[in-house]
Amino acid sequence: MRRVILTLVVTAAVLVLLLGYKTASLKSLPTVAIAPTSNSTSKAGTTKGTKTIDGAVVQTQFGPVQVRVTIKSGKLTEVVPLQLPSDRSRDQEIASYSVPILRSEALKAQSAQIDMVSGATYTSQGYIQSLQAALDQARGA
Amino acid sequence: MGMPISLALRRGEEPLADEVFGWLRWVDATFSTYKSDSEISRLVRGELRPHHTHPLVREVLGQAAALVAPTKGYFDIHARGQLDPSGYVKGWAVQMASELLLARGSHDHCINAGGDIRAHGRNAEGRPWRIAVQDPQDPAEIRWIIETEDLAVATSGTYARGDHVIDPHTGQAALALSSVTVVGQDLALADAYATAALAMGTDARHWLSMLEGYDAALIDAGGGTWSSIGWPCEDE
Repeated sequence: MRRVILTLVVTAAVLVLLLGYKTASLKSLPTVAIAPTSNSTSKAGTTKGTKTIDGAVVQTQFGPVQVRVTIKSGKLTEVVPLQLPSDRSRDQEIASYSVPILRSEALKAQSAQIDMVSGATYTSQGYIQSLQAALDQARGA
Repeated sequence: MGMPISLALRRGEEPLADEVFGWLRWVDATFSTYKSDSEISRLVRGELRPHHTHPLVREVLGQAAALVAPTKGYFDIHARGQLDPSGYVKGWAVQMASELLLARGSHDHCINAGGDIRAHGRNAEGRPWRIAVQDPQDPAEIRWIIETEDLAVATSGTYARGDHVIDPHTGQAALALSSVTVVGQDLALADAYATAALAMGTDARHWLSMLEGYDAALIDAGGGTWSSIGWPCEDE
């Protein structure tokens, strides 16, 4: 498995929003270099042109975060959380926020120039490190 | 407000985020129908007299009430006999937050509360803000990208996880339209207009095209799109 060093702007905002903490502003946090761990997997789907990639498990101050992305014909089509910081009392709340947020991230990731997404339900701005790791892994793989 | 709120600010303006989130938390504590001790909840239960409410509560309720006639009753915070100003409060709170930021000297910012957005100035790359409108039937798809340095964008719709907008005249879910996006200067108005238009269904196109100072685009249940003459972008 090729190791790829990734640089991305860390926006903790999405994670802290998921967890209900007061958040710092976006786009003003320092850049951080991360590398996907060797336990990231990449499976070619049986459907032509479909790839499923599990991003690196990212240790955040709240716990581990990991996402899985599906890429169809080079386009990001699905993002699901595999691991979210577990806190029994907030599991449901986090889960209900996370899927629409991650979908919104997937949409923005298709075009790096989108700043915000307007939609009827929960949308949010920012990159989740695991998502970015998975995307960059897909591009590099 | 029970939803993720994201805020993009210039480097160095981080302390303003505390003020914005403090404001939004106050709005939630005061207006939320999910909080039993909010002023709105206490008003509804009759524990608080209207003239004893916070001045901003009176202001919001007054502004929202003034929209019943222009929206032909499709935006009505007293629909079905129960006061619920949430459809106005969200856009209003973000609009106020944006004006707070301007007053504090932040001329480049973008606030997104549950899909209601107020953008000013430019992003971190020095370009106008680019705001994507999702296709509600396929949230991974973008329908429009709005580029702006000064705009409010509000979307009302029936997305996979959202509650249906109810037609206040019939009490039934409004199903003809999938989503309506309204743009203009005031996010509270844009939000109310988008909500009203969604409830209106097929008649919304005509009504939206008559709005002064606001433009709109919509996606119907069949996936077809329509936009007003002044809608600021091409289909994606």
